[in-house]
Amino acid sequence: MKIRKLFSATMASLALGLSTSFAADTKVGFVYVGPINDGGWTQIHHENALVMKEYFGDQVEMVYQENVPEGADSERVMTQMALSGADLIFTTSYGYMDPTINVAKKFPKVKFEHATGFKRSENVSTYSARFYEGRAIQGHIAGRMTKSNIIGYIASVPIPEVVRGINSAYIHAKKVNPDVEFKIIWIYTWLDPAKEADAATALIEQGADVILQHTDTTAPHAAAAKAGNVITFGQAADMADFGPKPRVSSIIDDWAPYYIARTQAVIDGSWESVDTWHGIGDQMVGIGEISSAVPVDVKIEALALKFRLASGDYHPFTGPLKKQDGSAWLGDGEVANDGDLAGMFFYVEGINGDIPQ
Amino acid sequence: MDLSTINPALLVASLMISATPILLAALGETIVEKSGVLNLGVEGMMIIGAVVGLFASIHFSNPYLGFVFAAIFASIFSGIFGIMVLYFKSNQVATGLGLTLVGLGLSSLIGEFLGSQKTELLEPVYFPFLSDLKFIGPMFFNHDILLYFSILLTLILYIFLKFSRAGMILRAVGENHDAAHALGYNVQLVRMLAIMFGGACSGLGGAYISLVRVPQWTDGLTAGTGWIALAIVVFSNWNTSKVILGAYLFGGITVLQLNLQAAGVKIPVEVLSMSPYLVTICVLVFISVNGKNSSPGSLGKTFHT
Repeated sequence: MKIRKLFSATMASLALGLSTSFAADTKVGFVYVGPINDGGWTQIHHENALVMKEYFGDQVEMVYQENVPEGADSERVMTQMALSGADLIFTTSYGYMDPTINVAKKFPKVKFEHATGFKRSENVSTYSARFYEGRAIQGHIAGRMTKSNIIGYIASVPIPEVVRGINSAYIHAKKVNPDVEFKIIWIYTWLDPAKEADAATALIEQGADVILQHTDTTAPHAAAAKAGNVITFGQAADMADFGPKPRVSSIIDDWAPYYIARTQAVIDGSWESVDTWHGIGDQMVGIGEISSAVPVDVKIEALALKFRLASGDYHPFTGPLKKQDGSAWLGDGEVANDGDLAGMFFYVEGINGDIPQ
Repeated sequence: MDLSTINPALLVASLMISATPILLAALGETIVEKSGVLNLGVEGMMIIGAVVGLFASIHFSNPYLGFVFAAIFASIFSGIFGIMVLYFKSNQVATGLGLTLVGLGLSSLIGEFLGSQKTELLEPVYFPFLSDLKFIGPMFFNHDILLYFSILLTLILYIFLKFSRAGMILRAVGENHDAAHALGYNVQLVRMLAIMFGGACSGLGGAYISLVRVPQWTDGLTAGTGWIALAIVVFSNWNTSKVILGAYLFGGITVLQLNLQAAGVKIPVEVLSMSPYLVTICVLVFISVNGKNSSPGSLGKTFHT
């Protein structure tokens, strides 16, 4: 008798437990390329995902998978998430583009959101941030602060987003310092701390005293700190632990409002495939605090540039601009359109070297 | 293209730094494989060394103690592998892979407590007269003690394997464990010691990444260095003098290609990026092709008494 009572009580509480854990009727999945504590790209995505989860509370169940290689593995992870009942899946790396499209075809009822890509379908949206606006500010600070006139750039994977960042930084460094020279290293990965540190060291040894990075970890900051007298910028996350020097400012990605809006759309049933590309003005790109290592006048100029970018008063790609080969690109006062920017795969005039094809 | 921006002294100095983790791990693995055990857990042991080393270094504010702890913990960690394969006769390949997976997971767990704390750095060793030399000084005589230790270790292990009685016993055990057993050598003990030595070396290699090369913690810090070390052991035909060549070649070309890119050399970046792998394999295969195959006879086989 007693046992039966106990048993039924357990069953009841179990059922209760189940019902509460299944109360969430919307399940949102996140696929990450790196570990959730990389201090950069993935960590910021994860933190913003947690903000979204916190906002909705029990209404939403959140699942994620970290360290997912781009390619076939990511398809398996997405398929697994879709099979386990996810309603909305965010795939947060450029290399997930084709896998996302493939998996989305198999699960027409599941909504997909791919970060930084350009392929969309009925149930696949794309979203990205106008990081190049932040790069303009970095370029400005870099150009004003370099003593050696050599700026090192750790580039990751040759895709338009990375090329855009290099061009934007170069244009704005050149504007304030005509003698500036960019040295660019492609490391062919988003995340490999040892390689990032080696690349930073190689650039510093060749005279760079500013390091810009388009990779995910804080390793270049550690290398810069070790070398002394070099400045760096936080990438994706604030990386404030390395301030006030080497890290003098940063580009911070803020995905939380987007994650909340898109999840809400799924809950409301109003989700549609869209292409979102927001910048400083829409607060998807944040500029981390400009540290005390930056002279006050440079800081004021940088902040003014930030507000002009935010208001839309100024576009980082405003003519006259020429391509690397000297051919004309933008006429005087002409502004690059989004189509040109999305597919940008050339250096602007003045940058040395070739983009790997 | 402007090669004059590359400073040869600094280039050689940083290629030595980039080669040292691979060298340490590969030396350890050479000894393990010479004893007839294939331990595919190098990556796992390295990353345990990396995280424990940094942890201890921060905790005691002493990077040297960091290395000591890295060696001890990675050695204990490899001991788990030793007990599994030697006494529970588990499959070496599967257990080694398991060791890597456990190492990666465990390190990321321990890494949670580290955050982005910074460690103190190793002081360069000062050689009277030599360190003050122009050009040669910063190139060869301005490094930390671990780097010189790794080179010395190569020499010691070469002599150990070739000329010492203990080294010959180790090789006998790896060559034919039944014969060694019949001669009265304790196969299990020899192998256990070799495995733990290999673990300690891998741990030092890992700690060299987290304490010198990067100096900080990031998840997945070793990023495949252990696998490179394993490959170098095989391609260098289990010969320590070729191991050091392979490690320096790989480390060297890795750093060189980054420098060439920065200097704007007109070679496609794709070619530069794959060059460390390609050149290392080609050179080691080429120099090993005429020699006898010195793969230990009992490599990977389970010993049953």
